[in-house]
Amino acid sequence: MMVRDERSASGNASQPTSSVPPHHERRNLPAAHPEERLRSREGASRSHVSKDLPTQRDEAWRYADFAALETLAPEAFGQWKDIALAPGETRRECLVLGGTGPELYRVRLTVGEGARAELFAVNFGADYARLEVEVRLARGAHFEFGGVTIGGGEATREFVTRTVHAEPEATSNQVVRAVHWGQATGNFLGRIDVAREAQKTDAAQDFKGLLLERGASTNAKPELEIFADDVKCAHGAAIGQMDEAARYYMAARGIPPETARKLLVRAFIAAAFVALEDDGERERLMDAALRALGDKG
Amino acid sequence: MLKIDNLHATVGGTEILRGLTLEVGADEIHAIMGPNGAGKSTLAYVLGGRPGYEVTGGSVTFAGQDLLALEPHERAAAGLFLGFQYPVEIPGVSNVQFLREALNAQRKARGQEPLSGGDFLKLAREKAGLLRFDMEMLKRPVNVGFSGGEKKRAEMVQMGILDPRFAVLDETDSGLDIDALRIVGEGINAIMRKPDRGVLLITHYQRLLDYVRPDYVHVLSKGRIVKSGGPELAHQLESEGYEAVAA
Repeated sequence: MMVRDERSASGNASQPTSSVPPHHERRNLPAAHPEERLRSREGASRSHVSKDLPTQRDEAWRYADFAALETLAPEAFGQWKDIALAPGETRRECLVLGGTGPELYRVRLTVGEGARAELFAVNFGADYARLEVEVRLARGAHFEFGGVTIGGGEATREFVTRTVHAEPEATSNQVVRAVHWGQATGNFLGRIDVAREAQKTDAAQDFKGLLLERGASTNAKPELEIFADDVKCAHGAAIGQMDEAARYYMAARGIPPETARKLLVRAFIAAAFVALEDDGERERLMDAALRALGDKG
Repeated sequence: MLKIDNLHATVGGTEILRGLTLEVGADEIHAIMGPNGAGKSTLAYVLGGRPGYEVTGGSVTFAGQDLLALEPHERAAAGLFLGFQYPVEIPGVSNVQFLREALNAQRKARGQEPLSGGDFLKLAREKAGLLRFDMEMLKRPVNVGFSGGEKKRAEMVQMGILDPRFAVLDETDSGLDIDALRIVGEGINAIMRKPDRGVLLITHYQRLLDYVRPDYVHVLSKGRIVKSGGPELAHQLESEGYEAVAA
């Protein structure tokens, strides 16, 4: 049996729950001809790198900022950080994407039998910033992902994951929170592939967006491709605005608006790092995210 | 201490308060009673500066300041406490964190040093004890999963910790069982029956006034005070009803 579930949720501050057309169209126009440019390079050089060059038609790149990508060296698209976990091993990575230029960070995790891979990330890049993760889970392995995109301006910040449950009894859990203002966009594209023999798979994705201003937007795109029949795959996406009742309640107790906002955003993003058991690392990531919030006037 | 003069206010374009005048002196507890829709909660929110409650006329002076010119958090720092009829749940923010932020923000606004974590917990433990409120519950998110009665008691613990000069308590007695009503009543007395303190107690029923004895009772009807008297007025209202007394 094969089940394919491909839905997307998107919203902006004025219509938190309704769909909006793909944004940043200005940058997506063929006139910017990134695809053309990339294709021609492929034809000309037949290099190994060119195989990895994305186009707007790739699902995993549908919300990407190609004008920003154009400024990256072609080699950047072929660079993956490969991490292999031996059977039973536990490994954790904590990442902060917060540079001033476009950033592309790609990780490939091969998780051995019964191993546990954890990845936690804050993405507050000032320009297009993308963390892309490909995971292959062996029998009984686990992948834990917690991510926060946060920021204003006009930047697009995104997490793109592809989790392959290749063998039975593997589990994965992904929690992403997006907090944006200005004209910024935060995206989570999470693809899950469950192989025919990967029975007893248990996979979960949870996305929530918090838009602080009209004009900001988020896109969530869970994509499930399931070939096994005894599996659990859950995904949820919700987009909303700041809880005004909570803000007023805080004000009524003497908490100034900017402190109230910080407390509420902190509470909102905390879910992404619940599974991070290292208190110091958790605080480091939370602080990085809240510092980004501090830039909001 | 609190002087309300000819206050007019609208909510969503509808005039709710229509020329309300009331003065509460220091060391006084005033009760405001009235039927549904009289404007009791609107009065509380207008005093607390809630967005959406628009003052269209009149003035409110609190401790010599123009209260209406202050932002909601500045009103709190000036010493005003608003007890909510429906306390708000804030997932992910613990009571302890919330109240320590609130107290230290108020202290900062008043030019006082912040309270350390240890000193704050000592204070919180003392005030929770006063309301017989489990300290463990203060470690949980604000009002999340609390019963109606627990929320009201938590509000009083908040009041104890923040130690305001003036409290506007909006139907603090609703949702309380008999024992909780007594505990809350005793709490209000312990926290607010002190020199240079004032209370405006908004209630539907006389029963809370058995525990918190008011100095004055006012009847609010159609957005203004239509009758004022001593504590006996509350008993009269209870036996005869608003219509007969306010007519």
